[in-house]
Amino acid sequence: MTKTNDIQVNLTAKDLATDQDVRWCPGCGDYSILKQLQSTLAEANISKEDTVFVSGIGCSSRFPYYMDTYGIHSIHGRATALASGLKASRPDLSVWIITGDGDSLSIGGNHLIHLLRRNFDVNILMFNNEIYGLTKGQYSPTSPKGQTTKSSPMGSLDHPFNPAALVLGASATFVARSMDRDPKHMREILKAADSHKGTSFIEIYQNCNVFNDGAFEVFTDKGTKADNVILLEEGQPLIFGADSDKGIRFEGMKPVIVSLSDVSKDDLWIHDSKDETKAYFLSKMFDEPGSEGAMPRPFGVFYQEDRFRYEEAMNEQIDRAISLKGKGDLDKLIRGSSTWKV
Amino acid sequence: MTKVTEKKEDVIILFAGDSGDGMQLTGSLFTNTSALYGNDISTFPDFPAEIRAPLGTVAGVSGFKLHFASVDIFTPGDDVEVLVAMNAAALKANLHQLKIGGTIIANTAGFDKKNLRLAKYDNEQSPLLDKSLDKFRVIELDVSKMTREALVDSGLGTKEVDRCKNMYVLGFLFWMYNRTLENTETFIKEKFAKKPDIRDANIKVLKSGYFFGDTNETFTTRFEVESAHLPKGEYRSIMGNQATAIGLIVAAKKANLDLFYGSYPITPASDILHELARHKNYGVKTFQAEDEIAAVCASIGASYGGAIGVTASSGPGIALKGEAIGLAVMLEIPLVIINVQRGGPSTGLPTKTEQSDLMQAINGRNGEAPLVVIAPHSPSDCFHTIIEATRISIEHMVPVMYLSDGFIANGSEPWKFPAAEDIKEIKPNFADAEKSLEDGAFYPYARDERLVREWATPGMKDLQHRVGGLEKDFKSGNVSYDPANHERMVKVRQEKVDRIADFIPEQKIEQGEDQGDILVIGWGSTYGASRTAVRELINEGHKVSQAHIKYLNPFPKNLFDVMKNFDKVLIPEINNGQLINLINAKYDLRAIPFNKIKGLPFTSREIKEKLLELLS
Repeated sequence: MTKTNDIQVNLTAKDLATDQDVRWCPGCGDYSILKQLQSTLAEANISKEDTVFVSGIGCSSRFPYYMDTYGIHSIHGRATALASGLKASRPDLSVWIITGDGDSLSIGGNHLIHLLRRNFDVNILMFNNEIYGLTKGQYSPTSPKGQTTKSSPMGSLDHPFNPAALVLGASATFVARSMDRDPKHMREILKAADSHKGTSFIEIYQNCNVFNDGAFEVFTDKGTKADNVILLEEGQPLIFGADSDKGIRFEGMKPVIVSLSDVSKDDLWIHDSKDETKAYFLSKMFDEPGSEGAMPRPFGVFYQEDRFRYEEAMNEQIDRAISLKGKGDLDKLIRGSSTWKV
Repeated sequence: MTKVTEKKEDVIILFAGDSGDGMQLTGSLFTNTSALYGNDISTFPDFPAEIRAPLGTVAGVSGFKLHFASVDIFTPGDDVEVLVAMNAAALKANLHQLKIGGTIIANTAGFDKKNLRLAKYDNEQSPLLDKSLDKFRVIELDVSKMTREALVDSGLGTKEVDRCKNMYVLGFLFWMYNRTLENTETFIKEKFAKKPDIRDANIKVLKSGYFFGDTNETFTTRFEVESAHLPKGEYRSIMGNQATAIGLIVAAKKANLDLFYGSYPITPASDILHELARHKNYGVKTFQAEDEIAAVCASIGASYGGAIGVTASSGPGIALKGEAIGLAVMLEIPLVIINVQRGGPSTGLPTKTEQSDLMQAINGRNGEAPLVVIAPHSPSDCFHTIIEATRISIEHMVPVMYLSDGFIANGSEPWKFPAAEDIKEIKPNFADAEKSLEDGAFYPYARDERLVREWATPGMKDLQHRVGGLEKDFKSGNVSYDPANHERMVKVRQEKVDRIADFIPEQKIEQGEDQGDILVIGWGSTYGASRTAVRELINEGHKVSQAHIKYLNPFPKNLFDVMKNFDKVLIPEINNGQLINLINAKYDLRAIPFNKIKGLPFTSREIKEKLLELLS
């Protein structure tokens, strides 16, 4: 009963909006992400009916209501599990998972890592605001240690997750980071995720202006951004700084910051998103901004790899079973291997 | 010396030994041969909870009970006639099941000092040597020694030789019950086709056991159980979990949908997963999820995509799935949830049977979240009942809970199987743009007269819509916090389930008159024991009848009319009283509970005695 429809032509971002009022707080970073995704998918000329948005619970998880595609707003932490079954049964669909730091890394942590190792061809957009917004401001698994929140008046005791390192550890085949305040960058990353075959994981730094305002300001503010952000470009050296005067190179097994007045560009670390070891080092560039010897925070595609997709392997097994045993015959199944007559 | 053959109507043999002694296989082989002789059969394995409990201990005893008969039977039976005890622990664990005058076939090698100590016999005193077994007939066979002697020239090692000893016992029993070895020999030849020395050894030992009975002058009597007068037709032997699995495949094909089975391993449900995974050539997609919650959520995702999503577990796993099942209630999409019940609460008794999850099935979710609940009553009935569960789920866009249990799941019986073409088609209520759009708009929660909404799956053009766990507007399906709408939706979801009563068969009386002194009414696996008990009482002239409920929510419309014509209604359950709460709460009736909570099924005698007590 699967119908594959023709690709719609000349979609605009507006065609992807629904008649529902968007209910995020004014000034929320989610608006920007919604807008960038609508533009990116319109540009990609997706087929609306072959696209499904799946979300869990949290502010970000309202997302499907605002996309004129198919959508399920499921239960807390389980979007990844639900999407696995959907993609397994319908490999033809384009599936987007919208989740947050609490939804995917706390209550749904288990399903996230298993989805990644299975490598279903789906996209995960993890809106990281380092706070629980929908429940009105408790610390999340990505909140920095010591953060004062409603549930941690004396500071949070939890050591935070490093999402990029976590997903690489779970064998993710596409790992990227972007931010709500850089629309152009986000559209590029969304486009790259869409074209990746396998699970794409994008961490998006998203400002919660009500409960955790300014959490990522150091990476987005014009005055501090240049010294704290490194934008990854394929095949290009790792350069940052207000005057593009700093770079990163490997000294032995250790990435260090060097001044371009001392070191030639040719000796810098060249970004290669196919290199798993380099990706690991990028993920570990997770220092607290401004701390002693802090490395800049990387944004862009850390890693991508082509590995078999679960849903394809599942169908291949079925095809193989059919070629070995023949297409299933119900009467044979019901009879079994041994019968007798009375 | 002349040997005489005595006829018997039915016999119960219990094969018991260490979990490594091959008792399950021995029992199965005797079962298969008996089936070929046309006997009616009912079997039940009794495993230890540990895969390899310490050798020689009571905890490590594995049993296989076989009831075969020349009359029709419905349970693995009450009184064991022959107890095969491969060691002292096997005797100790099962002696209470042996009827007075019954036969013990004891492997004397399993009664040495070490085995007696492990089985905790006082002072290592062998029961074979004191007078404690005087009420029984004891046949002592040194199975280990005779197996070794039979294979002295085989060239096999001691370990391999000892593994053949179950064949000696089997051969002896085949002699005792006048069976040929042919069927078992064929099995051995196929199983060990690539290991000729093992094949020959097993066959040799099997024959040695048979010849021992034939030539030894101690044994003068053989028994014969003639074929039963089963309805004419072609039969196979079927276990409950197997029937559930193949029923699912048939149901999906009859609905022309892909079958997606998301499950996490748990006793005693895992065999359904194993069986389905063998049938990928039927297009079955099995997904061994990372946990119970993922299993049900993946199945919901598959159903959302237009497949029939099925998930299975046992009680503890169903508890974990509760929130997601509530989501399926809200989404109003098909989902079949299988619970192969075991002893609870918590981890409880994983390998033992119980019917204690009925309340969980009816109520075990947050909010007003009605489910359809349906239960098979025997191994072969699993086939028809899972198809029925799937039909209701797909045609009524509603999650259905199917309550099997360990007793049905692992039990087996002969099954006069149907032809595939005789099974009704299942008709999904798919939307399509041509009929489903109203002035160009799609209303995913618009309903027909059954209150069933349409199934619009991704890929259907112009029917894009969003669903989720938040309360829905009655028609558009958009999120709604309107107070009146919520009340209306709660009532609609309930009414939708209630109206399914119009689409299920009326409750019938299984046996006996439609009025009388006592009606025995049960559900699930108590069927066989009630059936046997009531049949005996009817034959003895009592006004007793039996009914058995398959549809537990909603109940058949005429259920009260069936019950009210009896002076008393007895409800036997393997729990502390769950169906009875539903019935006494709903109907103007004081049914009488009869409960057993020992991890074991009812025997028919227990039910019969209870009925006699109520009749007097």
